[in-house]
Amino acid sequence: MKYMLLIHAGDEGAPETAEQSFFEDWVAYDKAVKEAGIWVSGHSLADLTTATTVRVDAAGERIVTDGPFAETREVLGGYYVIDVPDLDVALDWAARCPGARVGSIVVRPVAEFEV
Amino acid sequence: MDERPADAVSPAEAPVRSSVEAVFREERGRLLAALVRRFGDLDLAEEVTSEAIEAALVRWPVDGVPPKPGAWLMTTARRKAVDRLRRDQAYAARLAMLQVEAERADPAPPADIDGGLPDERLELFFACAHPALAAEDRVALTLRCLAGLTTPEVARAFLVPAETMAKRIVRAKKKIRQARIPFRVPDAQELPRRLSGVLQVLYSIFTEGYAASAGPRLQRLELAEEAIRLARILRRLLPAEREVAGLLALMLLVHARRDARTGPDGEPVLLADQDRGRWDRTMIEEGRDLVVVALTGGPPGPYGVQAAIAALHDEAVDAASTDWPQIVALYDVLLALTPSPVVALNRAVAVAMRDGPEAGLALLDELADEPRLRDYHPYPATRGDLLCRLGRFGEAAAAYRQAIALAGTDPERAHLRRRLAAVEPTSRDDASGA
Repeated sequence: MKYMLLIHAGDEGAPETAEQSFFEDWVAYDKAVKEAGIWVSGHSLADLTTATTVRVDAAGERIVTDGPFAETREVLGGYYVIDVPDLDVALDWAARCPGARVGSIVVRPVAEFEV
Repeated sequence: MDERPADAVSPAEAPVRSSVEAVFREERGRLLAALVRRFGDLDLAEEVTSEAIEAALVRWPVDGVPPKPGAWLMTTARRKAVDRLRRDQAYAARLAMLQVEAERADPAPPADIDGGLPDERLELFFACAHPALAAEDRVALTLRCLAGLTTPEVARAFLVPAETMAKRIVRAKKKIRQARIPFRVPDAQELPRRLSGVLQVLYSIFTEGYAASAGPRLQRLELAEEAIRLARILRRLLPAEREVAGLLALMLLVHARRDARTGPDGEPVLLADQDRGRWDRTMIEEGRDLVVVALTGGPPGPYGVQAAIAALHDEAVDAASTDWPQIVALYDVLLALTPSPVVALNRAVAVAMRDGPEAGLALLDELADEPRLRDYHPYPATRGDLLCRLGRFGEAAAAYRQAIALAGTDPERAHLRRRLAAVEPTSRDDASGA
């Protein structure tokens, strides 16, 4: 069963006092996810100020806008997709994620469509 | 798939049937738990559990009760499940996937001792009380899956329309299925936190029965009794967990006073005014033994401490001779374990009994700005009582009026009106003149 861990963190990212060790925590976490054989995919995202939004209106016209801009303090900063047996295991991995300490992790099952 | 059609039972046979079904209440939970464990799917397990019990209701009166009723029900339910899966191949394929995943997470096969039903309800308790579910859904699922109540019964218990409750249960089951909340006992590291969630569900069922938050009646004893029944099951499943003993003790020690808690018109009777001869001594004895278990062998938990307080009340012959210093000391422990303004309010009442109403009132004043007490009618009602004992009748009347505006049930309002009347000038004049 695949779950996406959406990592929402404050825009400052790392706690200032322990920046170096926080970075090391991320490296260690990433390694642990991969070594456990549960890693499917995952990326960290560039700053929200670099985001661009695209819509296509009823006439088929493409509308491109800058943003969105952060409306809350916590923004999506990255994600993992992991393959684990059930929600409890997914929640354990979410709790171990360094992002959980400076923000929150939203755990969402990946939808399965019956063929 | 959830409920039998209403016309399946004729009115004439309904009472007979419901008594037979009551016998199956316990079996239903066990069977459901075992089947959920086997199939990993709550809907399928519920469906075939109902079908197996239906079959037993038809066959047993004719063929006689089989020598191993549990095994008979299990075999019947499994056969029905196989039929269902043969009819629905896509469903079967999805279920097979589920089982592969379940094996990955929890390779230990369920023990099936001499053909009897293994008791796998603990897994179901933890799934129904999972923190990923909304709090109200946990209560509804526990009543439905473990207490064996039907959806309309759960709806009635919480005074919501059956349709609303049905939607809530469907939504919760969908989350269990789609987010794959496991049917598994948490590991030792997670157990304390998760167990406290299970206990919270049972206690909120109990308190809803003990002091209904809304409606015409003050007590809905059938809910309190369901909570006690569930706590007994949980105690058998987790005999070493002292907080389970503590919660069961607390429920028994409070429930022992049920007959004395309300007057002839359903109005509440305060602890101090209750006819203690009507308290259930057998239940008190059982509760006291469990308090000993709950408080022995380690630091006490919040349910054990609350049970100890209830035991001190139950042991006293009247309010005056109650061991108030000991109760205040226990509230100090409780406040340290679970700081809460409601606990602080109860402690203030005990201090007022130990040191006099002024001391209690001073503590209440410290709580005046607590947001959680703003809409909590016992707070102004308690102030009213203490002010009344100090002879400050005008202020007492104002406090009672505030409490009346906040009370949720008719009997509570009526009771508070009587207390208000007793402090209003006219009635006091009447009383002194009579």
